[in-house]
Amino acid sequence: MMTVDSVVSDDRTLIDVDGLEVHFPIKRGIVVDRTVGYVYAVDGVSVRVHRGETYGLVGESGCGKSTLGKALLRLEQPTAGSIVFDGTDLAELKGEPLRRMRRRMQMVFQDSLSSLDPRQSVESLLVEGLRAHGLDHGREATATRLQELLSAVGLPASALRKYPHEFSGGQRQRIGIARALAVDPDLVVADEPVSALDVSVQAQVLNLLTDLQDEFGLTYLVIAHDLAVVRHIADRIGVMYLGGLVEETGADSLYAEPLHPYTRALLSAVPVPEPEVEDRREQILLSGDLPSPAEPPTGCRFHTRCPWRQPQRCDSERPELREVAPGHRVACHYAEDIRDGLIGP
Amino acid sequence: MALLEVRDLSVSFARKGEPTVTAVDGISFDVQPGRTVGLVGESGCGKSVTSLAIMGLLPRRGTEVSGSVLFEGTDLLGLSQRDIEQRRGRDLGMVFQDPLSSLNPVVPIGLQVAEVIERHRGVPRRAAMSQARELLDRVGIPDPDRRLKEYSHQLSGGMRQRALIAMALACRPRLLIADEPTTALDVTIQAQILDLLTTLVADTGTALIMITHDLGVVAGMCDEVNVLYAGRVVERAERHELFAAPRHPYTAGLMASVPRLDSSGEQRLSPISGSVADNIPWEQGCAFCPRCSNALQLCGQATPEVEHTGDGRLLRCHNPVGEATPISVEGP
Amino acid sequence: MLPSTQRKQRIDELAETGPGPDAGVSLAASAWRRLRRNPVFLVGASIIGAFVLLALSSPLLAQHDPALRLLEDQVSRAQNEIPPPQPGFPLGGDQYGRPFLSRLLLGSQQTLLVAVMATVIGLGGGLTLGILAGAFGGWVDTLVMRVVDVMLSVPSLLLAVSIGALFAQQTQFTVILAVAIVQVPIFGRLLRGSMLAQRASDHVLAARALGVKERSVVFRHMLPNALGPVVVQSTLSLAVAIIDAAALSFLGLGSGDTSVPEWGQMLGSAQNFFDSHPQLAFWPAGCIILVALGFTLVGESLRDALDPKNRR
Repeated sequence: MMTVDSVVSDDRTLIDVDGLEVHFPIKRGIVVDRTVGYVYAVDGVSVRVHRGETYGLVGESGCGKSTLGKALLRLEQPTAGSIVFDGTDLAELKGEPLRRMRRRMQMVFQDSLSSLDPRQSVESLLVEGLRAHGLDHGREATATRLQELLSAVGLPASALRKYPHEFSGGQRQRIGIARALAVDPDLVVADEPVSALDVSVQAQVLNLLTDLQDEFGLTYLVIAHDLAVVRHIADRIGVMYLGGLVEETGADSLYAEPLHPYTRALLSAVPVPEPEVEDRREQILLSGDLPSPAEPPTGCRFHTRCPWRQPQRCDSERPELREVAPGHRVACHYAEDIRDGLIGP
Repeated sequence: MALLEVRDLSVSFARKGEPTVTAVDGISFDVQPGRTVGLVGESGCGKSVTSLAIMGLLPRRGTEVSGSVLFEGTDLLGLSQRDIEQRRGRDLGMVFQDPLSSLNPVVPIGLQVAEVIERHRGVPRRAAMSQARELLDRVGIPDPDRRLKEYSHQLSGGMRQRALIAMALACRPRLLIADEPTTALDVTIQAQILDLLTTLVADTGTALIMITHDLGVVAGMCDEVNVLYAGRVVERAERHELFAAPRHPYTAGLMASVPRLDSSGEQRLSPISGSVADNIPWEQGCAFCPRCSNALQLCGQATPEVEHTGDGRLLRCHNPVGEATPISVEGP
Repeated sequence: MLPSTQRKQRIDELAETGPGPDAGVSLAASAWRRLRRNPVFLVGASIIGAFVLLALSSPLLAQHDPALRLLEDQVSRAQNEIPPPQPGFPLGGDQYGRPFLSRLLLGSQQTLLVAVMATVIGLGGGLTLGILAGAFGGWVDTLVMRVVDVMLSVPSLLLAVSIGALFAQQTQFTVILAVAIVQVPIFGRLLRGSMLAQRASDHVLAARALGVKERSVVFRHMLPNALGPVVVQSTLSLAVAIIDAAALSFLGLGSGDTSVPEWGQMLGSAQNFFDSHPQLAFWPAGCIILVALGFTLVGESLRDALDPKNRR
């Protein structure tokens, strides 16, 4: 089933991204700006998110995961490619139709303080979305709706009259989630939803996200740098490196059998809170730093740091994302050879 | 004798027109030469303030520091500004969370490292520069000759942290304090930096105080772990024992809250309820009790005292997790 | 009782002892709370309050018509004599024998009026430019900002003097206009900068993601949050406007009509008597400095109060 699914878009697909590119021009100039180059933030990503699933997007800073998330919501203008959301190509949409479409897809931000307007009370924050989409049917209905939202995210009714700065980080994140849910969306893109929170509060918010998904039948795209968080919450995971998707598979399968050298290195680098495991953990230490997304390496983007790099092909030919096992896609020329131990690091 | 003995360290901040805030509330711990001691806790637990107090880096105005910090028998808190500055380069080194703001943006990296060597070891500039080059090489900065002349903004985050470690190690300090050294870094870079720290500590016999919120980092690096909550140590144990059987409900709660890479998402996390805003003052009882799943009537009425359990563990709790073990109560 | 129920009770108790459920304090309200306790603000506000009160009540306080040369008989050009303080005239008269205290009192009206009007007009112009540039971006932004840059490249007083000199007949209104135009680029640039910062902020992105209409995003989210620095600047501008207006009068570009007194003009006309009669310059100059200080103090304390880092 998975095999068919990943080739053909069907009813289960909520969002179908094909060949998405987001390039930011680098401008220089004194009087008139000249474009001197591009930052290839997202460079050819094809991804499909099914209804009701949680798709996790992981990668390190600068890999383009946040830009991809914003482009999906058309908060960034894609340079090329299509984003088909439930049958409509968002990349083509503009103005009022796009604005109306926004009701169906919402975003939860990393920094809960800066993403809430400090001048708005919680009530005004929550009502704003309802009003923008004509969902405020009278005073009483709105009041009921607000109470529903607050209780769904676990905040007291008294929160309505307060302002964002009066809440703790975890509570503010709940407000951000309530705002996203107010317009009854299908898709919620959560960009690092827990990375700014303390460990104990992180777990509260992760559990809340899971509960809300069950309650409202939401589809999530969770973007995070923390692999443990993503593994915990996501059904399927896509790993990004320098603007491209390098591996995509189910959450458990990614952990059990990472095929791309970058995924392997990434997984091996995560410390586990268990001394026994830590003492045995074999790390694949990557040499060097992430290359600049303004000057991505030729061929495979990862070849400059890859311990399994092979001569010729890796630095000249960019590997396609190909299916090596049902539902498991990898962008590496030598994925099978590395798996089978034919090539050593 | 311990290299560093922190005894009843308290730090409170007084701001005009506002109530005094006690950030550190009587912390005691020892650091033996060559050992790595972890201070773990969430934001506001006092772990960073503790390190700044040890280093003498807290602003003198509006800050009340009490207790003692004995470094080889000398109380660092009693030293003059000049003497502590001398100590900072020579005996104590520190690595901060944000390497960009800890480096001088207008002085080349090499010169910054060399200046530390010059100042504290009296080595002439030329020799200091060549030592700086060696240091950069040793902390794994590729092409050190070129990097010597570069400025902090030209380096990546990982390279900056390496440069900062090089500076901290320039005078072969006997104690290194690393305050969230990898929090601002990506996970693959974090692995590089932690590896570097572990190697350096093993090679030079430097004692390390590792301050972090990441239980994973602690599990891999620290010999002994202090768990901090609301400015006090609530549990201390050797790492294997701490992780195998956490006794304080806060420690246990933290471990149950963290999603683990090696466990599937099917298991629901068990978060600690509430947030630090719910704490009660230590004078009234256990600060953690409003959030504690093990709380008794007693917890809101009496402050739990430090107890030493049989296995060399320190505990501050009326009703610890797990089976009751014989407890010897230390006087107040 | 089970421990868990005890715990819940404990939490409830704590919740009750904490800040009340209606504690909702908006940003402006909390800024005001901090402001009220700030001695710098209190001093500044008292100075301004005193002068505003003075300006409002000056028609009652002034015993004489400021235009009448009541003490003309005591003025002697040849001997450089000016009427000294005497019963009914506590500060004596000016070089034309007009009642000096009455002129000083009534002068507060004109001076404050010039400052407020110039700042309001300057603010209005600056807001328009700033909103245009900050909300639209692109070539509108480039165009507006180049004009602003050109205006800013000329020293402000020089610009005010040039504008003042353009008018054939100098009146109080031309002074206001000259001082106001100088303020426009300052406000424009400031607002544009903070609008752009808002445009890139997460909460504006969030509003956009929510599907809020673009106009609402600009006027309900970007503008109100961008106004903080502009509010601070406008109190500081009031001080600058008073000094600029005084400078224009001093340079002879003020209102030609001396029957309506204004401090800057009084200071200007006192310049020939500095050596023999310094009191003619001392009183208006002192008043100008004091009012300007009042506005500056309020501006500085407002800046601190609105700084989000100081919240709580």
